[in-house]
Amino acid sequence: MQDAVLAMLAKEPSHGYRLHARLRHSLGPLGEAMNRGQIYVTLARLERAGLVVCERADRLPERPERKVYALTPAGQERVTAWLAEVGWPKPDLAEFHLKLAAAAAARLADPVELVAAQRRELLRRLREAQQAALAEPARSGAGLLLEGVVLRLQADLRWLDACERAWSKVDDEDEGG
Amino acid sequence: MNVSSAVVRAYGLVKTHGQGQSRVRAVDEVDLEVPQGQTLAVMGPSGCGKSTLLHLLGGLERPTDGEVWVAGRRIDTLSERALARMRRRSVGFIFQAFHLVEELSAADNVELPALLAGRSRRQARRRASLLLERVGLADRARHLPSQLSGGQRQRVAVARALANDPLVVLADEPTGNLDTAATLDVLRIFEDLRSAGQTLVIVTHDERVAATADRLVSMRDGMFVDDTRLAGSPTRGLGGLIGLGG
Repeated sequence: MQDAVLAMLAKEPSHGYRLHARLRHSLGPLGEAMNRGQIYVTLARLERAGLVVCERADRLPERPERKVYALTPAGQERVTAWLAEVGWPKPDLAEFHLKLAAAAAARLADPVELVAAQRRELLRRLREAQQAALAEPARSGAGLLLEGVVLRLQADLRWLDACERAWSKVDDEDEGG
Repeated sequence: MNVSSAVVRAYGLVKTHGQGQSRVRAVDEVDLEVPQGQTLAVMGPSGCGKSTLLHLLGGLERPTDGEVWVAGRRIDTLSERALARMRRRSVGFIFQAFHLVEELSAADNVELPALLAGRSRRQARRRASLLLERVGLADRARHLPSQLSGGQRQRVAVARALANDPLVVLADEPTGNLDTAATLDVLRIFEDLRSAGQTLVIVTHDERVAATADRLVSMRDGMFVDDTRLAGSPTRGLGGLIGLGG
């Protein structure tokens, strides 16, 4: 989130509450849980790191709404570097994969059952994301983000299908042999 | 859930195809109750028997064994004529390949079931224009199916399925022939039907379609292997779907 807040300041210096409103707008229903306090905490960290400076808007008593934040040259550089970066969040499939293997090896749980439980959970999330996506007006930025969430969940569900097939086969072979 | 509130019920349902050695149990001892207003999705690999199940529930095929009840009436023992009348009045069908009459306009396709059920031409026409409006196709009423996109054709088919205000709508792979954008249009309509309290059974292999349902059953080899309630279960909220760290 630090990088996103910094990048939003690249357009113009801004109040914390304006940044919060812009983030909420971009995230739509996905940003509902985000409170303004998180923005101020992030801004304070960025200030300590020398990436933003804070100016008082006027001489009124000190309140967060009176502060205007602006990028420092170092902050500017970091934004440029962030935009050029091609890092991508890694889906953590290894942990679940190892859970299945460990459960089967120790006969602690049926891997096929574990896959089914995981599948139910992902389907509930898919339902939630999809209902939010369908409720968004066409071409909204948040709708596009929700579409990404939906597609990722679909990919994970397909992988779970593959897991189910593979572990069901193991079961059959055990019974047969 | 009170038994009598279930719109569709099936007990010990069996359907076999073929003879002797090649005899296959497409549906194998299935029990099912679909309460009024529920959207049920049936998922499973092709050949698991889910389409056959849908045909049995809608009276398009008769079971080898077991019972099917629609709206408190046992239908597997009805005569052909009574069964056809039950289908017209109580069930709306949506198919993967749309099955529209190519020679008729969108409006005429939607009017047809109402006319067959004995409504007046005026009533049928008014209902059709209302339904085409509901699926966002009021301006395509005079178009022939061949002049419509796949997604538009399926929306006409949805409107037709609703023509006689059916107790239950049965959909067989409704998005199987559609691209992503058209799929979303159809899903939006299903979501609209769901919130309006329409009882809906959808057979699909598309997770997105299944995710619109309140309840999901998974089928393998003619049997239910999982039955999950998707609606009303607590989740971590939408924010939990994306990683928003500090």
